[in-house]
Amino acid sequence: MRRYLALAIAALALSVPPAAALAASASLPDIEDEVMCPICGTTLELSDSPQGERERAFIRRQIARGRDKEEIKQALVDEYGPRVLAVPGDSGFDLAAWLVPGLVVLGAGGAIALAVVRRRRAEAGEEPPAPPRIDDADGARLDEDIAKYDL
Amino acid sequence: MSTKTFAVFMGVLALVGLLTYGLLSKGEQALAIGDPAPDKTLERLDGGGSGSLADYRGDWVLVNFWASWCEPCRTEAPDLQSFYERHRKDGVTVVGIDLDDTTEDARTFVEEFGLTYPQLRDGDGDERRDAYGMTGFPESFLIDPQGKLAVIRRGPVDERVLREQIEPVIDGRLDPADQ
Repeated sequence: MRRYLALAIAALALSVPPAAALAASASLPDIEDEVMCPICGTTLELSDSPQGERERAFIRRQIARGRDKEEIKQALVDEYGPRVLAVPGDSGFDLAAWLVPGLVVLGAGGAIALAVVRRRRAEAGEEPPAPPRIDDADGARLDEDIAKYDL
Repeated sequence: MSTKTFAVFMGVLALVGLLTYGLLSKGEQALAIGDPAPDKTLERLDGGGSGSLADYRGDWVLVNFWASWCEPCRTEAPDLQSFYERHRKDGVTVVGIDLDDTTEDARTFVEEFGLTYPQLRDGDGDERRDAYGMTGFPESFLIDPQGKLAVIRRGPVDERVLREQIEPVIDGRLDPADQ
């Protein structure tokens, strides 16, 4: 039994690639949708400009040197500045890309919380309001009226 | 006004405010002859520290924005080098500013064309492009000894442009305002 267990552990260990091997598996398609072509204003994957081609060549050189994805993205930032990363800016209209999702989540959360509170109050056994009482004279008149109809 | 209506109104107001701010912050003014040349301290392409156009105050400076991937930049580079060699002793210099480029590619370009005039670089060229109202590559700007724009050249230069539009301004044969 121990032998089988040891074999299973060994097989598992061999089947899981070490972290270094995973890190070294950076590829151009994996990176070019996360970085910008600074001149084109699009992600690199959508660019066929000369500048985009040189940026791809730079990434290929970095891959050939064994750099992992994060190292390559950092190298791109060192060369082109932080704008090369395909994330919205933190000023001007770009700021809306950060704020609007947060506001939407907050608004949706608030609406859900409000709905839950209302529902709980309704379910808390609040009796429906009692119908208005009628005095005896009105009751007699009502009975008299009802009696006129063949119900 | 109900609470719900007020919340929607405030949300719309916030979005309109952001949009307006974004549009206004993008509205750079166009450069004109006689304006002070926009300046910024940039790293030197050869790795030897930093520099700016202010370092050349007192000289005529032909600033050339270029990138190694720009084909017309390759065409004009030899003419700029010739211009620099002809005028460097007359208080005239050329300053290349490499934008949106990798250091390695830019250095290869300088080496390939044997460029000896000073070179600065800004990998994130967005700010320089905005400051000079650039619409493409290359573009060149002649700056007078007081640091003001004397010639704005959108597009590549060649021997003819340098001889007919740049040199007469430097020699005083052509008033920048008459261009």
